[in-house]
Amino acid sequence: MDELIIQGRRLSSRLFTGSGKYGDDSLIPQIIAAAECEVVTVALRRVDLDKPQENLLQYFPKDKILLPNTSGARTADEAVRIAHLARAMGCGDWIKIEVINDQKYLLPDNLETLKAVEILAAEGFVVLPYMNPDLSMARRMVQAGAAAIMPFGAPIGTNKGLATLELLKILVAEIEKPVIVDAGIGAPSHAAAAMEIGVSAILLNTAIALSQNPVKMADAFKLAIRAGRTAYLAGLAPRSDSARASSPLTGFLN
Amino acid sequence: MNILLNGATRFAPDNATLLRILTDYKIKPDTVAVEYNGRILPKDDFDKTNLSDNDTVEILHFVGGG
Repeated sequence: MDELIIQGRRLSSRLFTGSGKYGDDSLIPQIIAAAECEVVTVALRRVDLDKPQENLLQYFPKDKILLPNTSGARTADEAVRIAHLARAMGCGDWIKIEVINDQKYLLPDNLETLKAVEILAAEGFVVLPYMNPDLSMARRMVQAGAAAIMPFGAPIGTNKGLATLELLKILVAEIEKPVIVDAGIGAPSHAAAAMEIGVSAILLNTAIALSQNPVKMADAFKLAIRAGRTAYLAGLAPRSDSARASSPLTGFLN
Repeated sequence: MNILLNGATRFAPDNATLLRILTDYKIKPDTVAVEYNGRILPKDDFDKTNLSDNDTVEILHFVGGG
């Protein structure tokens, strides 16, 4: 059985889905069903007191793992505060650390992220840091107690795919904890390519949510991730610059 | 009295409990996390916490996110 294990928790799905950008949140149960995902991300925000509120949690089957993010945090302290509030919601202790100062590219601040990982891991959270794909920082995140690392493929919401491919390969080779590509994946082919190099899982939001048919796209990503994972386990055949015939080069008709 | 509720000054009945505030705004207590004067308030304390003038309250909930 090929399982992904994150801090002792066994997962059969390598697709994590985000719950943002759906015009109609009632679509979420269908997305989760089509993706067959077990981990779903959410964000924490102020309740708008002047508008009737819908309870997002009603759309998540009870057996799913909620992965709140700390979006909106610009410092480690803000991320810690958001993590504490997320835990007070009573939906578990998984947390995706997201500390961002850069509003144009939404690239994470690795140093502040590391500080938040140190604090929250020591408090018993299952900590998954969203990070720039930097090897020495990834090692520090793991030393600080990260349950997995979440480097980006490309900036959030850009759908540009694996702009960081070579760096992801290094992380897969060197980091013992799961490497989960978070952000930038825009097409199932990107997801399959990431899985083929051995990343452990993919977190997707925009590529599904803003597609023409999100339920169908969730299915497509599920299949691509399974295909890529199976290909990784099978081991890709070697590449060559010159042709290598697949048919015998003897016994031709003359 | 006035309290600072989610960043805006709002009127609240004197000595209102936090639970009363949630009820007045039609918010189900099990769907939110509350920070009261900078500290997280356990859900069990919602009906035991009486607010005072100028208290700061943050009421948060989960929304869609990636």
